[in-house]
Amino acid sequence: MKNNHLLILSLSLVYLFLIGPLVIIVFSAFNDSEFLDFPPQTYSLRWFYRIFESEMFISAFQNSLLLSFFGALGALLIGLPAAYSLSRTNSKWRQPALSLFLSPVIIPGVVLGFAVLKHIVIPLEIETWTGLAIAHALIMLPYIIRVIVSSLSNVPVEIEEAAVSLGSTRMHAFLVVVLPNIQSGILAACLLAFITSLNDVPVTIFLTGPGVTTLPIQMLSYVEYYFDPTVSAISVLLMFLTIILMFLIEATMGLSFFTKK
Amino acid sequence: MSNRSLTLIIIPGVLVCSALLIIPLLLLFVDTIPEIDSPFSLYQDFLNKTFHQKILFRTIKVALITTIICIILAYPSAFFIALKGKRFKSLFIVIAVFPLLLSPVVRSFAWMVIIGKNGFVNDLLLWLSIIEKPIQILYTEFAVIIGLAYLFLPLMILPLVGVMENIEVDLLDSAKSLGASNQGVFFQIILPLSSSGLLVGSVLVFTGSLTAYTTPRLLGGDQAMTLSTLIYQNAMTLFEWDTASVIAIIMILITYLVMKIIGVLANRMNPDS
Repeated sequence: MKNNHLLILSLSLVYLFLIGPLVIIVFSAFNDSEFLDFPPQTYSLRWFYRIFESEMFISAFQNSLLLSFFGALGALLIGLPAAYSLSRTNSKWRQPALSLFLSPVIIPGVVLGFAVLKHIVIPLEIETWTGLAIAHALIMLPYIIRVIVSSLSNVPVEIEEAAVSLGSTRMHAFLVVVLPNIQSGILAACLLAFITSLNDVPVTIFLTGPGVTTLPIQMLSYVEYYFDPTVSAISVLLMFLTIILMFLIEATMGLSFFTKK
Repeated sequence: MSNRSLTLIIIPGVLVCSALLIIPLLLLFVDTIPEIDSPFSLYQDFLNKTFHQKILFRTIKVALITTIICIILAYPSAFFIALKGKRFKSLFIVIAVFPLLLSPVVRSFAWMVIIGKNGFVNDLLLWLSIIEKPIQILYTEFAVIIGLAYLFLPLMILPLVGVMENIEVDLLDSAKSLGASNQGVFFQIILPLSSSGLLVGSVLVFTGSLTAYTTPRLLGGDQAMTLSTLIYQNAMTLFEWDTASVIAIIMILITYLVMKIIGVLANRMNPDS
């Protein structure tokens, strides 16, 4: 019994550690004062108005959304056929190809960002925006591949074979038999990829340029100069967005994905 | 589908990844070897500077301490969630996953608010009269460690919960009824049965801490730099691209080594898998 109490105590402390900082951020976002004091004396929504008054965070967020959209499009274009191939083959190329596709997760972000800047963007004189889109497609690819491969492994090859033996072409069988079965897998893959792209700092920070920045980079440079609750207010909005995304992930793939890596 | 067409549709992906990833990294490595006669001169120059040595050791030390803190914090929680708190299991998992999906800028900023000069901790200590004027916590190695432990704790809890779900409560009860002590139960049953989750969590937390950028930048600043903030400074502020390339290769080497070592450990502990 005594053991149980100790366990519950340590669990409570650990979860306080996990949630506490976020609660403090929420309080500071509604704080009327210029300073990030806690607990606040008076409450207001002025920092939320501030976000929408200043152009910089809105345009940075629009950039982030556009980047993750085009990045996901690129990653799907490459990733979907590759994932299909990986899930239907046993050849000796399977493992090396899979490692190649998953490697953007393993290579340190700052290294990836620097390498793309030095050896792709600068020598090929690629525009800032295109460079960012390429890099984001690259960091989204591992999530697209991993989730779709595991989703495809739940679709028996036999139902596809049945469609083909009844006269369907391979492409048609994929579109009407396989694709409907992996819809939620594709959606979950895109959600994870979207979160990765939306939150990325280490790769992106090497590739942003004059006038082109993303929300996390804008927040990062803002808090280094102005220490006021504007970023707290943005954080609260991001928490809302994250809660919605988390529910969508739970609905499509289940959060147990995170306990089984 | 025939084997040939299966190979055909994977080729675009392989080509794109090679062109955008493998070739730039190989070129980065070539950059670090300017002369054939003394191939490692740039590395020697880098490692000879005390400033760089300090940052290299700090990065490894910080990652190691963070991993140990995460293990200590995660074990009891994961054990409780997986074996005792079944009713609230999904709630605990949701709360652990949520910060993981939240921007690292937000999560590091939270700690700037807490440990800053006029932050929560300093206010509290002043109010309790433990200190007389605010102490410097932000922009120290300690701040980076707290921030990283906060950032990566879920990555230790979640895999541990995943493996501990498979431990039978009856097994622990029978060990106890046969006279095993609590330590005995932990070291001889729980630890071996959860070792795979522990290793996965350790790889994620250690390599994550080793390469994190946002947290050391916001909580460590210029006073407590790590390899990630050093590479950025060299590449984007000082325009020392050779040095930045050397750091990049060193970071890849360390990451690879860590994964190799933990992989060997995993094989030794679980020869069957």
